[in-house]
Amino acid sequence: MGINMQEIKELVVISGKGGTGKTSLTAAFAALSENKVLCDADVDAADLHLLMAPVIERQSDFKGGHEAVIRPQACTACGRCRELCRFDAISQDFIIDPISCEGCGVCVDFCPEGAIDFIEKTCGQWYMSRTRFGPMVHARLGIAEENSGRLVSLVRQQARTYAEENGQTLIITDGPPGVGCPVIASLSGATALCIVTEPTVSGLHDMERVIRLAAHFNVPGMVIINKSDLNLDMSKAIEDLTRERNMSLLGRIPFDPVFTKAMIQAKTIVEYDKESALSLGVREIWDKIITSSAMTPGRMINLKEAIKA
Amino acid sequence: MLISVASGKGGTGKTTVATNLAYSLGSRAVILDCDVEEPNAHLFLHPDMDTTEQVWAQVPEVNQDACTLCRKCVDICRFRALVVAGKSLLVFPELCHSCGGCFEVCPENALNEGRRELGQIETGHSHGLECVTGCLRVGEAMSPPLIRKVRAHVRPDKINIIDAPPGTSCPVIAAMKGTDFVLMVTEPTPFGLHDLILAVEAVKVLGLPHGLVINRSDMGDEKVRDYAQKENIPILMEIPYDRAIAESYSKGKLIAEMWPEWTDIFQELFQKIQSCLA
Ligand code: SF4
Ligand code: SF4
Ligand code: SF4
Ligand code: SF4
Repeated sequence: MGINMQEIKELVVISGKGGTGKTSLTAAFAALSENKVLCDADVDAADLHLLMAPVIERQSDFKGGHEAVIRPQACTACGRCRELCRFDAISQDFIIDPISCEGCGVCVDFCPEGAIDFIEKTCGQWYMSRTRFGPMVHARLGIAEENSGRLVSLVRQQARTYAEENGQTLIITDGPPGVGCPVIASLSGATALCIVTEPTVSGLHDMERVIRLAAHFNVPGMVIINKSDLNLDMSKAIEDLTRERNMSLLGRIPFDPVFTKAMIQAKTIVEYDKESALSLGVREIWDKIITSSAMTPGRMINLKEAIKA
Repeated sequence: MLISVASGKGGTGKTTVATNLAYSLGSRAVILDCDVEEPNAHLFLHPDMDTTEQVWAQVPEVNQDACTLCRKCVDICRFRALVVAGKSLLVFPELCHSCGGCFEVCPENALNEGRRELGQIETGHSHGLECVTGCLRVGEAMSPPLIRKVRAHVRPDKINIIDAPPGTSCPVIAAMKGTDFVLMVTEPTPFGLHDLILAVEAVKVLGLPHGLVINRSDMGDEKVRDYAQKENIPILMEIPYDRAIAESYSKGKLIAEMWPEWTDIFQELFQKIQSCLA
């Protein structure tokens, strides 16, 4: 097993708002970069595999929590469990609704008859795969499951372990939308963030929240404005916010139906037409990312100074 | 009546449909923004806000003098929110799920009720429509408890439109559970279809009646329609891609406000939902 002496950089691509082109751009970066591991941390609605066509090499269960189940033969209907359950998960006739059950185990511990089992659940699967652009770690969270944050941490950790063992120096992570538990789990320890936004009232609003979250974790951010020609005033407002929060603007990408067309052909936008203005623009953006102070090896001190400034 | 508007994939037009539908129903409706991680409905409805309330989660606080370090609370806590370190009991409030187990188990009554801020709920009105918005505190991980608090504002005498979060996991389940109808919004692209299939699975787990709105309906391929037909999901509305609609969206304007004929189309959508439920 090789030991990777070089520092591994992880770029996490997020958006706050959904539908800004985050996954299409992550896939394009995958096509443009060398010696990396891909990681799909948008485990709740993972789409990156639709463009990467991964061949699964290893599949593992994700054990994400427990659920309580009452054994009716042992239950005396004393009502203690219903009285204690804070999640209204136990019905009048003492059946536990698995969707409402939080897995807190309080009923299990307090049932005087020991009539409640506490069963470990498989909440999803995660995969180690091969793609035309290199190795990829991805996952699928079960429907209506919780603990997506823990699954995000798991896939990111697996991507890192793989990179350490196989000599990759870069991880490109497709992050989840929003600012809640899966996003928080995708930020800690990231090298840099690439925020993909759009010039709309909601794009701006959601980006502002995601930037505040990134500030909590001290992760430096870079911004891409997709569909930039949709509203020039709003584009300007996003640029102002980017500057105000000490982030760098990577570029503006005008609205382009190729995002959809490439997706339908299961290609990345840079494979769809290598010489198009869109491809050249995205290539330029990728060069800026990879040469940014945050992503350049051995420049950590500069980075810390940049944050202070 | 409770209608939740959900999408699986984000950015498909869920908020557009929820806000325009609510606006078109006017004073008969209440809109509840349960997409608390990124609430957007207010950006289009511009409500005048009437009230703001902070929402808290109950978490334990240790009275170190009373605590004997027996660790009973540490053992019951499945979320590792309590840890004994040296001669004191530590609480990690952000890990606490407010299950109450530690309070119940402590033999010394050494835990007091503390709290962690989840976010806030604002209520207001716009064009006679009541608006309720939940907004998760940036840094807070758990949205379902706040979503449940937003849903406590449901008005039984009105048509309640819930703008649900994207995805298929606990936040969207908290928003959709127990609603009368789920209106799913998608776009006819591979990502849209893939995430729609997952969202439909989630709706089926909950056993809820549902229907589909296809947004940017002329931008992709036919596979979403084929899927809907195969699964017997009624397509209740299609919104073609229109640069003017996209531009008005970018400015925070409602389609039904810009082009009043859309009010009728959204009212018709509501009638179709009613006939699905009849
Ligand atoms: S506490 Fe135990 S015995 Fe009592 S109702 Fe619940 S399951 Fe039955
Ligand atoms: S484990 Fe917790 S949430 Fe589940 S039924 Fe028991 S008390 Fe309720
Ligand atoms: S309330 Fe429940 S989750 Fe919170 S600290 Fe106590 S036992 Fe743990
Ligand atoms: S159960 Fe009560 S006394 Fe025991 S360690 Fe916890 S707080 Fe202290």
